[in-house]
Amino acid sequence: MSAVIEIWSGLHPLIQGIIKGLCVIAVMFPIGGACSLVERKVSAWIQGRPGPNRAMPFWFAWVPVIGPFLQRLGAFHLMADGLKMFLKEDPLPGHVNKFYFLLAPVVGMIPALTTVTVVPFGAYFNEAGHLVPLALANLDVGILAVFAIGSLGVYALILAGWASNSKYPFLGGIRASAQLISYELSMTLAVVPVFLMINVPGGNGTLSLTDVVLFQSGTSGWHGTWFFMTMPLSAVIFLVALFAETNRLPFDMAEGEADLVGGFHTEYGAMKWGLFFVAEYSHMLIGSGVFTLLFLGGWNPLPWVPLSTVIGWLAHLSPLFQNPIAVGLISIGIFMGKVLFFMFLFMWVRWTVPRFRYDQVMKLGWQKLLPLAIGNLIFYAIVIAILQKPVS
Amino acid sequence: MPYVVERKPLTLLERVYIPQILAGLKVTLKHLFSPNVTLEYPEQRPAIPTGYRGVPTLVKDPHGREKCVSCQLCEFVCPPKAIRITPGEIPADQPERAHVEKGPKAFDIDMLRCIYCGLCQEVCPEEAIFLQNQYSMTGYTRAEMVNDKARLYELGGTLPDQHFKWDKKKAAAEHGNAH
Repeated sequence: MSAVIEIWSGLHPLIQGIIKGLCVIAVMFPIGGACSLVERKVSAWIQGRPGPNRAMPFWFAWVPVIGPFLQRLGAFHLMADGLKMFLKEDPLPGHVNKFYFLLAPVVGMIPALTTVTVVPFGAYFNEAGHLVPLALANLDVGILAVFAIGSLGVYALILAGWASNSKYPFLGGIRASAQLISYELSMTLAVVPVFLMINVPGGNGTLSLTDVVLFQSGTSGWHGTWFFMTMPLSAVIFLVALFAETNRLPFDMAEGEADLVGGFHTEYGAMKWGLFFVAEYSHMLIGSGVFTLLFLGGWNPLPWVPLSTVIGWLAHLSPLFQNPIAVGLISIGIFMGKVLFFMFLFMWVRWTVPRFRYDQVMKLGWQKLLPLAIGNLIFYAIVIAILQKPVS
Repeated sequence: MPYVVERKPLTLLERVYIPQILAGLKVTLKHLFSPNVTLEYPEQRPAIPTGYRGVPTLVKDPHGREKCVSCQLCEFVCPPKAIRITPGEIPADQPERAHVEKGPKAFDIDMLRCIYCGLCQEVCPEEAIFLQNQYSMTGYTRAEMVNDKARLYELGGTLPDQHFKWDKKKAAAEHGNAH
């Protein structure tokens, strides 16, 4: 084990970064793909159907219990879907602006995969007992980077809608861009109180997502609460805006199968369409991750029970749990559990709330959420100013 | 009598919308865990209700004799003209069918034309043609979708008979009574 660590620390930081990045992508892509299957299964179960349960390579039927079980679970539909996406004909319609048409899916993937670099997804304790976050880049401007890069995703939709040179994608692109821009505002404003809270006067100013989690890692009093308890309105506004930002129902104006065929990706097929799909799921994953970090205590298992306490309990069982690798895995597990719950929530809400009309979306965004977010910000600014008044 | 439905203004809780969404989430969660209603077709088959009108078939009487006397009423009544019958005589070398009036030489039902109306069954004076429980007819060619006589009897099988018309005929003939 120590030899592996030695080789690892001997590597050039650039190579280390590439390996870490590939590891994260290697986890994120399968989760994104699995989510598409889970989406199909959850949709089916909510509608009282069994869902996809037929595809299976014939030789897998010989595996006694696991084979039929995986078949019922539809696990092979996942691979079949992926394979189909790679193998089917990739149409390039004659009426499109070819350069931008081909560029759009790529532009869609870039922000989706870039934002993941600044999202810390776990933590471990080094020898000095300090908490070290697991993230590809633990930026001090974490949340700003997420918003700045994440909102670039709208360019993909506009490009796709415009380059397709046909009316449904065009309308879809317009709707998507208008919707994303409207909800970006309330989303950002909803987050500001959290950062007002963690930037205690006299301390170092920070916008880091790690510091938000650290602030929620206390064992007693205010520090142990998660922000969704102290700032429920912020959390609700952020969550609603998150649904709108990721183009999920009830805000899937950009796709709107009923009125826009397929929205901005109507003209796309095969893997180019698949890229949009993966980008959407990556946005959902990262959005859920950011929500978890900001309002749900990140990798802390329960309010007032931070990771360090749990590791302390587990250490009574076996000192093995104090190993940084074990701690890292536990924290990643807790974090992923919360994120996956949100992925489930996305699907759950999809089959609960019908789609809003376009004017209702705009009205909700500009006339309800935005004033609410501003009021919320002012309220918390005053409360925090009183709470954190330096004792003179 | 027209009347006005009063639209009550929404209460604050309703306008906030979130309690409504939570109630909806509860409903969908309940459905998530409730049993499926799907019938997984090729493995599970639906229960066929009595009086079901499936594929038309020819039936035999309990003695294994064909009941059809090729009167061609079904052919004439068939709205889409799916039935084609070639009438024939009963061969003399079949003593057990001696008192049967006639029989079809060929009996074809084109299932691509059949509309499952059941008029043939209704019109049949000999109770020889029945729309039974089979609901799935498939084939790779048009010719395969035409049921010939052998196939029709294979599908139909034997149904219980209440009249035994030809036994009565035979008994009557043996007692020197035409009817």
